[in-house]
Amino acid sequence: MFRCRAGLARALRPPPRGRAHAVLQCHQLRCPSRSLTSSGAPGKAGNNLLLYLIVGGAATGTGVYVYKTLQDSKERYASRLARTSRQSQDSEGAAPQDTAAPSPHPKVPSHVPFLLIGGGTAAFAAARSIRARDPGARVLIVSEDPALPYMRPPLSKELWFSDDPNVTETLRFKQWNGKERSIYFQPPSFYVPVEDLPSVENGGVAVLPGKKVVHMDVRGNTVKLNDGTQISYDKCLIATGGSPRNLPAIERAGKDVQKRLTLFRKIEDFRRLEKISREVKSITIIGGGFLGSELACALGRRARTRGLEVIQLFPENGNMGKVLPEYLSNWTTEKVRREGVNVLPNAVVKSVSVSGNRLVIKLKDGRKVETDHIVAAVGLEPNVELAKSAGLEVDSDFGGFRVNAELQARSNIWVAGDAACFYDIKLGRRRVEHHDHAVVSGRLAGENMTGAAKPYWHQSMFWSDLGPNVGYEAIGLVDSSLPTVGVFAKATAKDTPKSATEQSGTGIRSESETEAEASEVQISQSSSPMPQVPKQGEDYGKGVIFYLRDKVVVGIVLWNIFNRMPIARKIIKDGEEHEDLNEVAKLFNIHEE
Amino acid sequence: PPRLPPPTFLLAEGGGAVRRQRGAGRVGTVRARCGHGVGTVRARCGHGKDRIIFATKEDHETPSSAELVADDPDDPYEEQGLILPNGDINWNCPCLGGMASGPCGEQFKSAFSCFHYSTEEIKGSDCVDQFRAMQECMQKYPDLYPQEDENDEKSSKDLEAASMEASAAKEEKASS
Repeated sequence: MFRCRAGLARALRPPPRGRAHAVLQCHQLRCPSRSLTSSGAPGKAGNNLLLYLIVGGAATGTGVYVYKTLQDSKERYASRLARTSRQSQDSEGAAPQDTAAPSPHPKVPSHVPFLLIGGGTAAFAAARSIRARDPGARVLIVSEDPALPYMRPPLSKELWFSDDPNVTETLRFKQWNGKERSIYFQPPSFYVPVEDLPSVENGGVAVLPGKKVVHMDVRGNTVKLNDGTQISYDKCLIATGGSPRNLPAIERAGKDVQKRLTLFRKIEDFRRLEKISREVKSITIIGGGFLGSELACALGRRARTRGLEVIQLFPENGNMGKVLPEYLSNWTTEKVRREGVNVLPNAVVKSVSVSGNRLVIKLKDGRKVETDHIVAAVGLEPNVELAKSAGLEVDSDFGGFRVNAELQARSNIWVAGDAACFYDIKLGRRRVEHHDHAVVSGRLAGENMTGAAKPYWHQSMFWSDLGPNVGYEAIGLVDSSLPTVGVFAKATAKDTPKSATEQSGTGIRSESETEAEASEVQISQSSSPMPQVPKQGEDYGKGVIFYLRDKVVVGIVLWNIFNRMPIARKIIKDGEEHEDLNEVAKLFNIHEE
Repeated sequence: PPRLPPPTFLLAEGGGAVRRQRGAGRVGTVRARCGHGVGTVRARCGHGKDRIIFATKEDHETPSSAELVADDPDDPYEEQGLILPNGDINWNCPCLGGMASGPCGEQFKSAFSCFHYSTEEIKGSDCVDQFRAMQECMQKYPDLYPQEDENDEKSSKDLEAASMEASAAKEEKASS
């Protein structure tokens, strides 16, 4: 068992965070290794699969081919990505244009067994889950987005660090293992033409892009599209996601300001911002959360290479201030600054206006920020317009459609992803806006739409990278208002043999170790009232942070340590009170690479 | 609930050898500091709610006394691997990638089920038709199921490696 897990861990290990490499690259491109984390199953399964297919293949004379296909499959599983094999160079080049459905006016079937409203990650995960469990299932995805289903994380992560000048066209990025892939979950040939969906032999998944469901008749099990088309369904998933929020101060500011504003969410937003970042001298990002901080870091690299000014401002004290405990948030802000970002914390926007050829952002405290373009990354508003016609409940605290632990809203209706306010048996009612949650909840909804009757049980995770020194993964409730216990690795004499020998002057490491320990005990018992700079080796370089509610760990951040999510998930699942979290921290081997 | 020491894989998960031995009892020296101040372990930090502990490698070398709840191996809600506890195939296993849900999912399932449940002496030797049907389907989707390897030498090496890995997996299964 251990060997198997170790093998898996090795396979999933991100590239080493070598310093020189990291400094040059700002970003470690680890995202794909994490993007389907929570769907991960024991490594045993993958190995068994190989065993089966090698033997099976040999028996049937299709050995290498079948093996190869599944080897790819295993790697994809390892990189936790949607099923996409290496595409030929030809199809790669043509991909972006081809990804919209070929026929502009397909004949839409009047009835589909599985109707998925929304074409994002949750819908795609559900489609796959439905198809896997129900052979021959016919699934129609109705998506407002003109593009086929794609993953969003690379839009604020890897794509910005691509060396390919045509990245805005190819939308391809390098995964942690060096393999390139597209942000699209599947190439167009994966999907069945909409008009063929009712007749195609073994069913399939069809996408109707650029259409919006505007009305839902729950009693009649039908929906109406914005073009008047009616579709009836047996089972329906609402995965409408959310729309980026704007700041009231910007909404008030008028058209000239709006023209120079990006609300970042879709492929087109990435393309536009990428272009703008090459044309203007200064970009200001408003928002200190995941998206704002990631984009700031991404643009920060351009700040250094192209002389672009990148400003990030937000009301909190530090980056990720709503997530990370204050000390860590402040520490992170310092790291983001090193990425070339001019970070302005404690900044509340009062008004935005155009002055000459520039935008002027006035802050509540009187400060003024001049810039050329604004990116507002101030959160997401779940898309719940269908609640009215469908008579579905919207949660008054969290927003989103209220569903039960099985993600069900009504008999034939489920909700997944950003738009779902669900009941988590372990952690209570929640709504989660993360990629992995879209994967996990979409998958679960798909299972339940095919009769699984399973509750939300497998916790989703999320991750973010902000420059070479800050990469983290998290699970559960990570809210900076909760009490936290952070356990960080302290570099010791043992870690740096050179300094140890220098200090002791003896060249014998064991002696200096003893000394180091002795002095440490002394310091820990003193209670110096004087502010002090961090001691040698005391840095929030890596560690684990526990978030507590009623003394129980409800959230965990893995700070610059990777591949430990199963342990974190287990601790959340147990929901036990632990006397000494430092003992729990030991399970994470925070000193190991 | 029944309690047990953390399973071995949890301890070993972070990589490296399993070096923890129970009962080697040295209390770790643990320091805590808050922002700019140095305090004891129970230091009040920030708004008094954020505790910080710095632990050396040596501190964490002693075995963890944290107790984890024993998992139910047959938990019906838990994510399962490719083969369910009852021996059935879990078609929703992420390890299958899109194999079971893609356009050749039906053929794949048929071939793989045949193989899984095959009782022939050479397991799967009765599944030639199913595998052929799968292959024929896959040939229609060259960009979904690449037909050619970059080079044959590599793939035969891969095959060898995978074969070894697979037998290792078998051993592990037998011992876990």
